[in-house]
Amino acid sequence: MLSKLGILFIIGTLFTSLSIIFLTFKELKVIDNLIPSKIYKFSLFQLFFSISSFFVLLLAYILSDFSLVNVYENSHSNKPLFYKISGTWGNHEGSLLLWINILVLFSSLFLFLTKNSDKSFKILTLLFQNLLIITFLIFLLTNSNPFSELFPVPLEGLGLNPILQDPALAIHPPLLYIGFVGSSIYFSAALAALISKIDSQSFAISIKSWVLVSWFFQTVGILVGSIWAYYELGWGGYWFWDPVENSSLMPWFVMTALLHSILVLERRIGLYSWVIVLSILTFTMSVTGTFLVRSGILNSVHTFASDPSRGLFILSFLVIMVFSSIFIFFKFSPKENKKYSVFSKEAFIIANNWFMIFFLGVVLIGTLYPVLLDTITGSKISVGPPYYNLILAPFLIPLLFLMTSGPNYKWISNEVRSLFNLVLVLSVTLFLITFFLIKEKNFLINLILFFSIYLITQTLFDFYESFKKKNINISRIISHLGFGLLIFFIYINHIFSVENNFNLKLGETKKTDYYTIKFVNLEEQSIKNYKSIIGYFNVSNKKNFTSKELRPEIRVYDKPFTITYEASINSNLFSDTYLTMSNISDTDVFNIKFQVKPFMNLIWLSVLLLSLGGVLNFFKRKKYEKN
Amino acid sequence: MKKINYIIISVLFSLLFIVLYLSLGNEKIYNTQDLVGKKISEVEINLFQSNETFNTKELTNNEFTILNFWASWCGPCRKEHPNLVRLSKIKNLKLIGVNFKDEKDNARNFLRENGNPFDILAEDKNGKNSVNFGVYGIPETILIDSELKILKKYIGPLNIKDVNEIRKIVKK
Repeated sequence: MLSKLGILFIIGTLFTSLSIIFLTFKELKVIDNLIPSKIYKFSLFQLFFSISSFFVLLLAYILSDFSLVNVYENSHSNKPLFYKISGTWGNHEGSLLLWINILVLFSSLFLFLTKNSDKSFKILTLLFQNLLIITFLIFLLTNSNPFSELFPVPLEGLGLNPILQDPALAIHPPLLYIGFVGSSIYFSAALAALISKIDSQSFAISIKSWVLVSWFFQTVGILVGSIWAYYELGWGGYWFWDPVENSSLMPWFVMTALLHSILVLERRIGLYSWVIVLSILTFTMSVTGTFLVRSGILNSVHTFASDPSRGLFILSFLVIMVFSSIFIFFKFSPKENKKYSVFSKEAFIIANNWFMIFFLGVVLIGTLYPVLLDTITGSKISVGPPYYNLILAPFLIPLLFLMTSGPNYKWISNEVRSLFNLVLVLSVTLFLITFFLIKEKNFLINLILFFSIYLITQTLFDFYESFKKKNINISRIISHLGFGLLIFFIYINHIFSVENNFNLKLGETKKTDYYTIKFVNLEEQSIKNYKSIIGYFNVSNKKNFTSKELRPEIRVYDKPFTITYEASINSNLFSDTYLTMSNISDTDVFNIKFQVKPFMNLIWLSVLLLSLGGVLNFFKRKKYEKN
Repeated sequence: MKKINYIIISVLFSLLFIVLYLSLGNEKIYNTQDLVGKKISEVEINLFQSNETFNTKELTNNEFTILNFWASWCGPCRKEHPNLVRLSKIKNLKLIGVNFKDEKDNARNFLRENGNPFDILAEDKNGKNSVNFGVYGIPETILIDSELKILKKYIGPLNIKDVNEIRKIVKK
């Protein structure tokens, strides 16, 4: 029943999308400034159909309707309701349906919310966006249908992979999808802008909100994914330079570059072609990432069930998308007048863009190189954190410096400012205090710490100044402050992290340099869909005589049979104490991984601050538009 | 100029897409079974008890040799250990244990508890040397003859069936 209903809604979406393509195509020849109400109506119907299809799948999951192959393969009637719901997008087919929903949602929102814009630009954007929607609908129907039926209907489902049964991971994919699938709308808009030849300023204004929205969700999505990895994977790390993580980071770099260069374009200073290239590149990177993840050509901790036919479809789509974009770009590329002075805000923004593109290049090469090498020469290599740390870290220094000084320059001016001032003196003092406290010997790390302190001090100073002057950009201050704090805490965390691996039996005690860890008790519990072995550990700090109780767990899920190791984390603002245990089979010995990680919560908070800047900017714009 | 850019960018993307297309058909699972029948590469590995090294060339003196990669932290290694002890009783078979990414104290305790079947004990502290033998996870066991040719490769713990198979090969 639900299967038929779902397919019906998908067909409805397909039909309305085709109608919109047909109508917009016809409308291109009509010379007036009015978009016919038919297009609005079809767009509303399209939105209704696609959201309904998603709700049908959601309902099938909630009701545990195992007549759907997708529900049977990824759910179980015993599962808590929350994870039944998140199971909807925890698999390839369901997440593809979510993709389509976001494409459709952004298409309608763009149509209804973009005001005072050139008609042909709007119509063309809608046309391109709906071409994307159609392609993904065909993919869904022919290759990855979430509504495929199963007969006879099984009594019970296979269950959702337990490591995906986590609140952070349940909300992480939708956030990221809004981020990188949302970037499709400015991809479409960029192609439309080229063909319709609208002026650079209106283009910048019409896409800025969308860039902000997608950037915000991408940032928060990456953050939540990172938190999940930290709590669930049990390795005590939060960023692994894993290909799938890289796939979400690559669009983020381009979005960040775009966010900055739009500021230049808004003021008619230039960069029109560049902003268009970035708009196209963001969505291209998103699809490239999707290809790498779903085709299974990369090995990663993110186990997406992979299938070469999916890879082939996404690759074909990517080929068509990239070559049509290149063709349209070179055929219609706008002329522009470039006049930049070296000490102007726009020069710093261009510098920011080069950094972002450089970071993108480094991550892209690191991700693709093993694939290319394997295909061409057959040798297997893996590119890990040392590569990224070695190449990226030195470039943080000039980036931090540019972020510190750039924002205080004026547009189109050429006034050289003195670098020696109160803020610098204060930063040097703060850095020296930090240096004597931590006594880090690595020169590069010290430089990075100094420049992050400089950025933090300068932005705080700007914040103070902003109360005096009314026209200062508060969202920039918040975001840059967040970034400065993020880099600072990442490095402090790196310096002070402690890790110990050892084996313990029940009742034994292990002494490390600063801590005593006692294995107090072991308990077995049966919970709804898993069996849990809980270890009770007492961790006492030799320095300040505090002690904490930690309870790591080993969970044995039966559907599907999986063992997960749940870390026990005692967390406060300044430090996390982290303990995981794993059993060594046929013995009573447990392998213990004990870690102390300072400032983890402050790392998360810094990223929140970074994204908060985006939100503030979004609402400031809305207010500005109203006045 | 515009035309040249156009061509360069298109060609670059085409090349990238061709490689990505080819990669789709590639075997994803890293399989080392095809190393069977080939000679092992000449490798210097550190000995466990001393600072000396050991060259795999020296294995030509043995009629048959087993290379076993293990660690104290590895559960399945504990499980297969009695089978290694069984193999150590075969006369024309020498056993070489390579202790993989392990701490010395833990490894010593492990052998004290479970017995030491190895004629030579070597170590691979960071796991780099084991790669030369095509090992990417432990436990793994390689059976070679006096010409250093790989006769058999066992990925995962040895069971009693494997032990009997090795007995048969060695007896011939």
